[in-house]
Amino acid sequence: MTEESQKREPIIVCNEVHKWYGNFHALRGISLEVYPREVIVIFGPSGSGKSTFIRTLNRLEEHQRGTIIVDGIELSHDVRNVEAVRMETGMVFQQFNLFPHLTVMQNITLAPIWVRKWPKDQAEQVATELLERVGIPEQADKYPGQLSGGQQQRVAIARALAMQPHIMLFDEPTSALDPEMIKEVLDVMVELAKSGMTIVAVTHEMGFARAVADRMIFFDKGEIVEQGTPHQIFHDPQNDRTKLFLSQILHH
Amino acid sequence: MSVTSETLAPPAALRPLAWLRKNLFSNWFNALLTIFSLVFLYFALVSIVRWVFFTADWSPVTIAPLLFLIGQYPRDQLWRPALSMLMCVFLIGLSWAIWERYVKAFAIFLGVLLGVLALIPLETPTITLGVRAVFLACPVLIYLGFWIGRRLEVKGKYIVTLWLLASVLITLVLLPGIRSIPGLPAVPTTAWGGLLVTLLLAVGGIVLSFPIGVLLALGRRSSLPVVKLFSILFIEVVRGVPLVTILFMFSIILALFLPAESRIDRLLRALIAMVVFSAAYTAENVRGGLQAIPEGQVEAAKALGLSSFHITFFIVLPQALRLVIPNIVGQFISLFKDTTLVVIVGINDLLGIGNAVLNLRPEFVRLQMEVYLFIAIIFWIFSYFMSYASLELEKALGVGER
Ligand SMILES: Nc1ncnc2c1ncn2[C@@H]1O[C@H](COP(=O)(O)OP(=O)(O)O)[C@@H](O)[C@H]1O
Ligand SMILES: [Mg+2]
Repeated sequence: MTEESQKREPIIVCNEVHKWYGNFHALRGISLEVYPREVIVIFGPSGSGKSTFIRTLNRLEEHQRGTIIVDGIELSHDVRNVEAVRMETGMVFQQFNLFPHLTVMQNITLAPIWVRKWPKDQAEQVATELLERVGIPEQADKYPGQLSGGQQQRVAIARALAMQPHIMLFDEPTSALDPEMIKEVLDVMVELAKSGMTIVAVTHEMGFARAVADRMIFFDKGEIVEQGTPHQIFHDPQNDRTKLFLSQILHH
Repeated sequence: MSVTSETLAPPAALRPLAWLRKNLFSNWFNALLTIFSLVFLYFALVSIVRWVFFTADWSPVTIAPLLFLIGQYPRDQLWRPALSMLMCVFLIGLSWAIWERYVKAFAIFLGVLLGVLALIPLETPTITLGVRAVFLACPVLIYLGFWIGRRLEVKGKYIVTLWLLASVLITLVLLPGIRSIPGLPAVPTTAWGGLLVTLLLAVGGIVLSFPIGVLLALGRRSSLPVVKLFSILFIEVVRGVPLVTILFMFSIILALFLPAESRIDRLLRALIAMVVFSAAYTAENVRGGLQAIPEGQVEAAKALGLSSFHITFFIVLPQALRLVIPNIVGQFISLFKDTTLVVIVGINDLLGIGNAVLNLRPEFVRLQMEVYLFIAIIFWIFSYFMSYASLELEKALGVGER
């Protein structure tokens, strides 16, 4: 953690978060604070609970013990709190999850119009700017099915940004992409990170982590095993499991 | 590796003779089949034409065409069904202007058919000059509607509103009449009949059962136990019972239990039975579509902060419905044909009128073939255009899909 970030209030506070699927203990006491403008990369073996954790942050999954406070709002059974948190957080999924029956423009403007209650003109103007920002201004009137994977994922990022969230959550945004399309998505994410967005990203793109992450968090078996700056993690990992995992993904 | 830059032209389409050889005479067996089919078709056509124009006796149909159209609707009140028909064809014209793909074929067919009927030189006493004028006005109104729709670029939602207004006006005011309005004496539904009743039951059944079915399908997935239980019970009970039984229940048994003065109209009871029946099947169809929508769609929508209402009506339902449109249209075509079952509760729909006409005169009894064929053709025409529109709709909806 940088000195600067410690002075500020955290924007996400997780305290002893537990989650079970039936009898399966998926999250075993996760505590984490994320500060504004911070970029966090979460990595770890498949099935270690990374997706489960990031999805508790906007309550796509309910946690059963512990507290999660996002942007000052506690996630609880109160639907209003949940909706408020979801308005402040954007999420990008591995499978894009664009709405196939809506055009790119409609995908992006749907939530601003119906949740933020913006007039259509304003929403479309913002959407146009965002499409420009992610580099596909000419695709506004196409349907998702007519775009490449990389373009779809960039639309998904624009769709999340259109709600003007304070926090962006990414769950393996490049894992479903063909290799030649990964870069175009990572470029957008790097630009976003540099613009000061608070980001929590589950990803194994170590180049991205090196370039922009403030902190890397290693997940295993539902726990945070180790965390530190990219420099610490790559050059001086403390835990054996971290070392083993890094050696597996780095020396291929 | 070198890549050839030369591009090949697509193979030229076969010329007629080559096409014939390839598709119809590729080997001796195929040739034999072709010749056999042609011979068969020839004889079938010749005998059908001979029967239709020379052997068949169409007098049961031509003697009382109005009976088939409107049943016993009082002949001194003919202007009311006539006005209803004129409103409908005008709206069909308007619809043609903006839903050209689906409506055009039907609108043109209907216009031509009615035009021909108006001018056909048949001596039938019931087809007065006035009736012919109404028929003749139909193609004109269809085209007028089309022209106005194009000219004013009328929006779809206004046309839907107009259709709704017209149906309310026709079914609640114009046809049944209202005692307090002079010139609109009440006409009990027992006097209604023929195609009028068939179309009322079919259109009413389809239009009313669709939203109810969708709500039931959603209710079945509801997190509210009471709503869920009610939906499941409704769907499963209705689907377990034949339509005939439901018709009987609503028509006879209900009437027995309700006090006489609160009895609902007989035709309305039949309509409710059809709606109940069709809604349960629509619900099951829609449920299939709802289940096919990936969870990721809902999650993405939730993550954007959309409410469950918005998620249902903007994300899930539109996708689910487009998946099941072919099934639902198929189901509606069945419902349309199933309207003939109301005969058994004493309603004179098209088929009921057919039966009645056969009993009109002793010499008609042997003309069942003609009467039933006539009725079958009418049903076929409507069913055909419904499935035609459904196919077009499927094609159109395919646009945005991967
Ligand atoms: N809906 C679910 N029901 C039951 N088990 C689940 C569910 N989702 C995830 N799990 C289990 O929880 C564990 C963590 O899953 P996940 O968070 O997806 O891991 P990761 O994203 O790190 O690969 C896995 O063992 C997975 O099988
Ligand atoms: Mg995962």
